[in-house]
Amino acid sequence: MAPRPLPSSLEPNSFEPSSLEPPATSLEEQLIRCRASTFLLRVSGESMQGAGIRHGDLLIVDQGLEPRVGQIVVAYIDGGFTLKRLVQHRGRLRLEAAHPAYPPLELTCSDDHWLWGVALHVIRALAPNPPQR
Amino acid sequence: MGPCPLASSHPAIVLIDGNNFYASCEAVMDPAVLGRPLVVLSNNDGCIVSRSAEARALGIRMGQPYFQVRRDLERHGVVVRSSNYTLYADMSQRLMATLEPWVEALEIYSIDEAFGRLGRPAGNGDLSDWGQQLRHHVLCQLGLPVAVGIGPSKVLAKLANRVAKTTPAHNGVFDMGSIPDPDPYLEAIAVEEVWGIGRQLSRWCRLRGISHARALRDMPTGELRHRCGVVGVRLQQELRGHACLPLELVPAAKRETCVSRSFSQPITSQAELKEAIATYLSRAAEKLRRQRQRTGTITVFVRSSPFNGTSFYSNSATVSLPLASNDTAVLLAAALPLVTQLFRPHKPLQKAGVLLQALQSTTTLQHHLLLPLPEEQQHRREALMAAIDALNRRYGSGTVQWAAAGLHTPWRMRRSRLSRSATTQLDAIPVVQA
Repeated sequence: MAPRPLPSSLEPNSFEPSSLEPPATSLEEQLIRCRASTFLLRVSGESMQGAGIRHGDLLIVDQGLEPRVGQIVVAYIDGGFTLKRLVQHRGRLRLEAAHPAYPPLELTCSDDHWLWGVALHVIRALAPNPPQR
Repeated sequence: MGPCPLASSHPAIVLIDGNNFYASCEAVMDPAVLGRPLVVLSNNDGCIVSRSAEARALGIRMGQPYFQVRRDLERHGVVVRSSNYTLYADMSQRLMATLEPWVEALEIYSIDEAFGRLGRPAGNGDLSDWGQQLRHHVLCQLGLPVAVGIGPSKVLAKLANRVAKTTPAHNGVFDMGSIPDPDPYLEAIAVEEVWGIGRQLSRWCRLRGISHARALRDMPTGELRHRCGVVGVRLQQELRGHACLPLELVPAAKRETCVSRSFSQPITSQAELKEAIATYLSRAAEKLRRQRQRTGTITVFVRSSPFNGTSFYSNSATVSLPLASNDTAVLLAAALPLVTQLFRPHKPLQKAGVLLQALQSTTTLQHHLLLPLPEEQQHRREALMAAIDALNRRYGSGTVQWAAAGLHTPWRMRRSRLSRSATTQLDAIPVVQA
């Protein structure tokens, strides 16, 4: 997050000291960059387990970010969503799994696959049935 | 991004709207349908209300009844979807939030349209590039295509938006305010299609020989004022580029509330019609309480199918309440006797609804000598309504309902091809294959 700019006219005593305290941390602000372009997806499969993403995880995906090399992206391939890491290999872009059993996918310019969004966070419950309060 | 250009003394009005909004929303979380012909059906899977560009290209028309074109759609492999208003409302909110930082002020005009105000760069600069950037931004953020029309007034922005959409060369953006001669564009727009003209005024224009927007703009103002009053003059001023319709930044208080649906199968018994009306009225009362309003009149309306062989039947009845109310029980007691009046044994009904008018705010004091309930009891009724609304909000609508609304309800709306609420419900979010 960008640092908050200082007010241009700083008049002492014009506000209460308590207003200087930062607001309470919001989990949503921590996890979501832009509410409008953020969508949730459910992970199916184990090809990204080397990156810490497991079957059943909840994925926070920002559709509005330009995907960069090294990021884990949601790609649209053959009518479905696929989760892989975007890497550059010998000058060409490709999608790599984080699991030895899955071969990389070369990206070509084509109508039937494109990069849909950037996966920013993963949410996983540690207990299968979290206790209800 | 600092998308809003610096304010100047020449404000511009922009109209941004979603292309084939419902059809586009269906593709956002299901890209498998992107690039395929897709249509969205109205409530109860009645007729076509939105078409993807590919469906348009097949010659499928707006408003065609589904049962008439069903075969053709199947033959062409058209994806058919029921209206998913949860999805559209969510995407609409996302769209409006995305537009907000691009303008100085935003008026949300409908689920897929918004007017904005921004400064025109000095020297009557062209805003087409700005419009293209905005279009690109919305497409990247949300996957939704939009059209951008810009002009010195709302009416001209609306016309520019039409030009943007209908002329492929403009690539979805048109700035009416920066072109040297707008006349050819205005001449291409029939007078009926000028935004806000209304049926009466446009009929008068036709009789008077005014057939397109340019002619309306250039006709003598005195005559327009004489015949059409201030509405006509304002429209003409807007066409001349003088903004006189302000942006409505705060939605006006609702003057009426309507809940109506088509039935999945014709209703032929009075008991079923009572259940349906009770259901709609409960929903309408809930809306009233959310809007902090009470209603003074209730209208119940019914109609048969225009497509089936028996003679068409359409009727309505209205009751005025002695004291405005938003208490579901009070409204039901007043409205259900109307059903008996309206029901005809041999007229299968296809649609019914309730319309609440003479709405007033709950904050205005009601003076009445004959209060229906003692004050303390009145407060208890209000607390009961609030509790019911809270339960239905929290656990889903219909959790608590009036017995009059019925439990086994075969007439309920048909939405056989409803997509999932993929942007709002955790158990409906799409799967990504890893």
